[in-house]
This record gives sequence, structure tokens and C-alpha cells, in this order.
Amino acid sequence: MSSVVTVEKRKVADYKGDERPTWCPGCGDFGVLNAVFNALSSHNFDPQNVIIVSGIGCSSRLPFFTDAYGFHTVHGRAMPVAAGIRAVQPDMPVLAMGGDGDAFAIGVGHLIHAIRRNLNICYVVMDNAVYGLTKGQTSPTAERGLATKATPQGASDPAVNPLLLALATGCTFVARGFSSKPKDLADLIARGVAHEGFAFIDTYSPCPTFNTVNTFKYYRDATDDLPADYDPTDFNAALRYAASEDPLYLGLYYQAEQPTFEDHIRSTKPAATSNAMTVVEGLFDQMS
Amino acid sequence: MTRNDLVIRVAGEAGEGILSTGQLLTQAALRGGFHVLTYSQPPSEIKGGHAFYQIRLNTYRSYSKGDDVDILLAFNQEAYDRNAAETKDDGLLVYDPSEVTPSADSHFVQVEFPLNDIAKNQLKFPIAKNVVAVGALAELFGLPTKHLDSLIEERWLRKGESVVQKNLDALRAGIDYVIENVPQRDRFALYPDKPHSGEILMSGSEAIGLGAIAAGCSFMSGYPITPASDIKEFLEIHLPKTGGHALQAEDELAAIGMVLGASFAGAKSMTATSGPGFSLMIEMLGLAAMAELPCVIVDAQRAGPSTGMPTRHEQGDLYQAAFAGHGECPRIVLAPTSVRDCFYQTVNAFNLAEKYQTPVILLGDTLLNVRSESVPRPDLHEVKVVDRLLFSENGNGVSGVNGEYQRYVLTDNGVSPMSIPGQEGGQYIATGLEHNEEGLHRYDEATHSIMTQKRFRKLERASLEAPEADRFGDPDAEIGLLTWGSTVGSVIEAIREGEREGLKLDMLAPRMLMPLPEHELRPFIESKRVIIIPEVNYVGQFANMVTSQYPRDYVRINLYGGMPFRVDRLLEQIREEVAQHV
Repeated sequence: MSSVVTVEKRKVADYKGDERPTWCPGCGDFGVLNAVFNALSSHNFDPQNVIIVSGIGCSSRLPFFTDAYGFHTVHGRAMPVAAGIRAVQPDMPVLAMGGDGDAFAIGVGHLIHAIRRNLNICYVVMDNAVYGLTKGQTSPTAERGLATKATPQGASDPAVNPLLLALATGCTFVARGFSSKPKDLADLIARGVAHEGFAFIDTYSPCPTFNTVNTFKYYRDATDDLPADYDPTDFNAALRYAASEDPLYLGLYYQAEQPTFEDHIRSTKPAATSNAMTVVEGLFDQMS
Repeated sequence: MTRNDLVIRVAGEAGEGILSTGQLLTQAALRGGFHVLTYSQPPSEIKGGHAFYQIRLNTYRSYSKGDDVDILLAFNQEAYDRNAAETKDDGLLVYDPSEVTPSADSHFVQVEFPLNDIAKNQLKFPIAKNVVAVGALAELFGLPTKHLDSLIEERWLRKGESVVQKNLDALRAGIDYVIENVPQRDRFALYPDKPHSGEILMSGSEAIGLGAIAAGCSFMSGYPITPASDIKEFLEIHLPKTGGHALQAEDELAAIGMVLGASFAGAKSMTATSGPGFSLMIEMLGLAAMAELPCVIVDAQRAGPSTGMPTRHEQGDLYQAAFAGHGECPRIVLAPTSVRDCFYQTVNAFNLAEKYQTPVILLGDTLLNVRSESVPRPDLHEVKVVDRLLFSENGNGVSGVNGEYQRYVLTDNGVSPMSIPGQEGGQYIATGLEHNEEGLHRYDEATHSIMTQKRFRKLERASLEAPEADRFGDPDAEIGLLTWGSTVGSVIEAIREGEREGLKLDMLAPRMLMPLPEHELRPFIESKRVIIIPEVNYVGQFANMVTSQYPRDYVRINLYGGMPFRVDRLLEQIREEVAQHV
């Protein structure tokens, strides 16, 4: 009798939750959700061993539509919550999902520190340059002057460049994806999840309801893949390509190996740990 | 009359060894069997500045810092100028004549003590100045030398025998100077007739750290802030010994965010901060209440709104702890009443947080967190640790319909079993959105009503299990003192003083302030003719909470200068109130 164990390959359906997405028809986030399913199934993760953390916004509803463990936090605070999870469960894959307002406005302070920590998570920002849940105000990734129904005068400030921000902060995995290139995006997310350290994937995910400028067509015309011979270990090249406005490149800009937050967590743990009461008794002894 | 109470204050420039002098003396006095309680005032400025360390020594247990100073050791002129007024009429000033010119018409005995000269010229060991001072002070109250000898050996052995000997010589020089130069020094001698044995010395912050470890806390995150940073630093050193971690976050929003993430992932988690940091945490306090995540938040209160007075004392955060947050956000608030109580209430805070899956706020303050006290060593066999109710497929049977797990299933006491990521079949989404039993967001009227009831039902149950209130005094007294937190120390001593003059007083200090435990407050309030509520804040935050729940006349005594109650003034105010209510 053979003892070959066959591991059943999980399918996309195995990661779907009971809740149906609440997004508008034609929303870019559907493509991102699908890419997440495909990335998880490519790793064949058990849904019970995956945690998806999000903030607040249309895109941050994503955990509800999966069968993973999820933490839908508050606006801008997905990063520290993810850090707390990783400190306790440093071996469980954690994805963070959210929008550009969450990542680059209210949560940008936390983003910088999560990157500095080299927290071993994969953060996918679904970037549409507007706040959808509050009916279309412009966000920090909106080009100056972008006018929407809720921001009729146009965005007053220049746009943040998420890739340059991540690179300047020391991010060890920097990528840009596009919701209408689901295969490439799934591949980027799968690699981001496999990456040892903070994987940041800014993802164009158009809002058909509130942003009539940055549409699917707009991004199809404006984007191009990074060259075939592009070297993602070249930091200076990453900066150059990230600064490019025409075209906007898609793909993995930069990847590096650095000690992670989890390395630090593991290193502070002594080889032999003691029972809590033993530790407390020992401290009492020192206090006499 | 034998003396049983002595207050020593060492004052000088911060960084001049005030703290090390005080700590060495405190530790030695503990070993000598004295009860000790310290009080210190760190400088308000960053470098240098005036600081003092005060030690109260007793042959019985004391509860407050002591109103005035018996022995003042002034290292410099500013120390003398600032502290002379708080020195008793029959007190003693010991000063270095190279630094201090005391006033000629002083009300207390003044003795020159050429500390610098002894250390520099006699001992040729200038840095031993503090040990010389320790020797002198110890001799003044009659501490047997052996306690200091052994401490000096323990402390300096690493640096070699010769360093130990030099310090022992310095100690001796201090002792000899006092014997030769201080007249009537016997009047400061204390004789512990029943020396305590086995008491330990800890600060409130250490007691909180120890309580957290004992309760099974394995994750802590905080951001530096006075006077709570000590808790984080203590846990950064000691939590890893149990396999846990303490981390410094980028701000308080992140600190509590990490705590909630860790709690979601299965760890007993806490943060520690002061008022300004707690203000920043309130957003996620609501998330913890809504997602029903256990967590402990220590708010070591300091004085004033905004940055206020970071190194001063006030009980000004009770409203914030009890009511902060939008919507209706249930939480439990506990307030320890002494350093030892900090240990036990921290354990209780974790137990309640885990059992009721709700945030618990522990209200410390500058006075309590910073001071050290000799306390009976807690018996860990008596410490009961409660863990959260966990979902298990075949275990507790509280899973939902069709055998599917429902994270927020409705139960009698409002507590639903939690799952931990990795548990098969336990997947759910923790969310701050209103949600149904499965954890899916729902905005219908029935769901919000039922879930609000569920969350508050937990609090009702928790109040029945409130840690027993602190009681002191004569239970039959008609005059009741209702108070909370560290003010208990001054109140107990005022009651003790009042008793000597025939004043009958009874104190109740609930340790759970939100919700207020009905079974403790109502009988007390209904049985007293007059109730006085002393607290260190302007508006009477506790008095207002009590009044709204138990309307009647209360006498308020409020203090709001950044200092705790003096026992003598508090007693005087109580006397006046009692006289008006004959």
C-alpha cells in the first residue's frame, strides 16, 4: 500500500465568503478580490490560516467577502492592528487591504512605520483617487485639479506618489498592479505574500461611480509593463521608474532582503521561557 | 514617647544622586523591618533642575506620603530654599555648608554636614558623596548597619572588593559624622517593635507590570509618556521571559491598534499611557467594545488638560475613562487604591476583560505609579486567572445554528465564545460596524437594539463580580467618606487621626467605577447621615457620577493644585463639615 498523501488543491471558490460584495457594478475592486482569491489558492493556504486586515472605505469591506479570518478595523489603522496580529502569530499569512484614503491620508503615519518595521505582510492598496463611501471626495492620490461631484473646485494639493513614498521609507517589496490585469495582479499578490517583509502593492482600481477621469480606459492607455529586462534589485532604477508619469509602469519595482519585524519578535524571546507565576515569584525575590 | 513615624527628604539638583541616595536608603530600611512609602518629585525640566526624593518610615503601615518633613537633607541652596517651609518646627536640616547658607532665624535645628569635603578630601572618593549621606541618614533613625553593608556589597561587588570597601568606608564616615556632630539625635530614632518580615518593595508601575504578567498578559504596546513609561519599560524587560512581548509603537493610536490586533490573534493584551495618550486611544476603545475584544488600558493620570503638568498629580481622567467615545460604548473602569492594590486590580482587569470580552481601563495616577511602597508579598496561589471563553467545535456547545460558529451568538450573560485565527471553522470578521450574531454588518433596528443590549448585559454581570470595595473605619459611623483611587491613602490616615480625637468615620472606596456596583454603593449611601466625597479634581467627577445614580446631598471636598491631599488639612475639612451637620 502506498503512503502517498495527496494534498487537494484549493480553488477560488474555497476562499469565497457567504456575503456578496457590496461594490457598485463595474468597480475595480471586484478584480482585486478575484486576484486575492487566486493568489491565496496559488499558495494553497487553508482559509482558516489566513488573516485579512482592512481599514474603512469601500475597498476595506473586502474581508467580509472572503472565508478567511478578518479584521475590519477603523479608518487608517489597519497597519498597527496587523502588527499586533503578527507579533502574536508571526507565522500566519496576513494580508492588508484598503483604499488610498486609508493608506495615504488618515493612515499614512502608520504606513510609514509599518514599512520601517518591515512587517511581514502584504498590503494591497486599492487606489482610485477618491473616497467612494462618502460619495466621491478627492483623495491624496488625485492629481491636482481633479474635480468630482463632491470636490467641484478640484483637488487643491498635488498627488502623493505611493511608490516613491514606499521606496523612500525603505520598503522591501514595492509593486504596482492594475485591477483589469487580474493574472498579473494575482501573481504580484502571491509574490507579495511570499516575500519576507513588507510587500506594498499600489493597485489601480477605478471607481466608475465617482471618478470619471481615472477610468479603466484611462489606466489602460496610461500604463505599461516594466521592461522585460528590468532589475528589481536596482534601487535607483526603481526610483526612476517610480517617478515616471508617462507611462505609469506596472509590475514589481523593487525587492530586497532585510531583517523583519518578526525576526525582532523572535529574537527577543529567550531560548527557554518560564511560566508566568515563576517569573513573578523571581521578581518578588528581587524586590526584597 | 517613642517615635513611630519619620519623613526624610533628600533634595538637590536632578542627576546629583538624589534618586540613588533615596533608593538605597529605602531598600535598607525595608530590610530593617520598617514600613516604607516613598514620594518623589522629578524636575519639570529636561536637564538638571530641582528634584527631591522623600521616604516615609513607619513602625506600622502608612498609607500616605506624610504631610511634613522631619529630616531635610539639602544638597544645594535651591533645595534648601524650596523645602525649608515644609520642614517641621522640631525637624532637622542637614546641609552641606559649601553649597548652602541657611537662614539665621530658622524654626528647626540646622546641622552642617560637609558632604563634599568628606567625600573629596577625607575619603578621596568624590562620587561616594551619596553613600556618605545614606550612612548619616540611616544613623539618624537608628537603622542597623548590617542592612546597608549587605546592600553595598550586593550593589558594588561586580566592580571589585576595593570598590565595595571604599563605599563601606564612605558609609562609616557618614555614620561617624552624625555620632560626633548631631545633638539629640535620639529623637529621630525609630524602633520597629514588630518588624515586618518578607515584605517587598515595589512601585505602582511595577505592581501593574507584575499583575499583568501574573494574569497571563503576553502582549504590551505603548508610547512613551510620563508617568506611564515605566510600565512599558518593565514589561519590555520581563515579558519576554514568559514568551511575551512589549513594543514601542509610533503613537498611542498605533499602540492600542497593536493591542487589539494581538487580542484578536489570541493574546491577553494591554497598553499603558497617561491622559493625553488615552485621549488618542478613544477611537479604538470603541472598536474594542464593538468587536468585543478583551484588552486592558492603563491610564496613569497626570494633572491638567492638554499637556498640563506631566509630573504632577490629579484624578482628572475619571470622566474620560468612564464616558469617552462616541455612541454608546461599554467599558469597565477599575481604580486601585494602593501600590499593592495595583497588582491585584491589574489581575482583575485582565480577568474581567477576558471574561467579558470588553476593554477594561485601569486608573492609576502620578502618586500611585511613581511611589514605592513596602507591601506584603502577594500569595500567588491565591491569584485566580481567568481566560476567555473559546469556541470549540465539540466543546462548549455555544456555536450557532446548523452547527456553524457564530462569533456574536446571543447568550444569557452576553458573552459569546471567541475563536482564534487558525481555529478550524472559527472564521469571522471582527468589525466596528454593527453586526449580527455571525459578525456580518447589519443596520436594521432589531439588530442594533439586541446587540446594544448584549454588550451592556456583560457590564451588568461584571458589576456583580466587582472587586470588593476598599473599606476602612467604623462601619457604624454616621459620617461616610466616599472616595476612589489613590486618595484612599489620605482618607485612611485622616480617619485614623480622627479616631484619636473621637471622630467616628467610615470609608467606602469602590474599586470598580464603571459600572458603579449597586450592591456596594446603595447600602453605604443609604446608611450614612452625611457623606463626604474627597477627590483630587475641580468638578467632582466621582461625586457627579454618584449623584446622578444615587441622588441626595453630598459634601464635596476637592483639591486641584497638582498635589495629593495632606492628611491634616483633609481632616480639618472633614471636622468642619461634621460640625456643620450636627
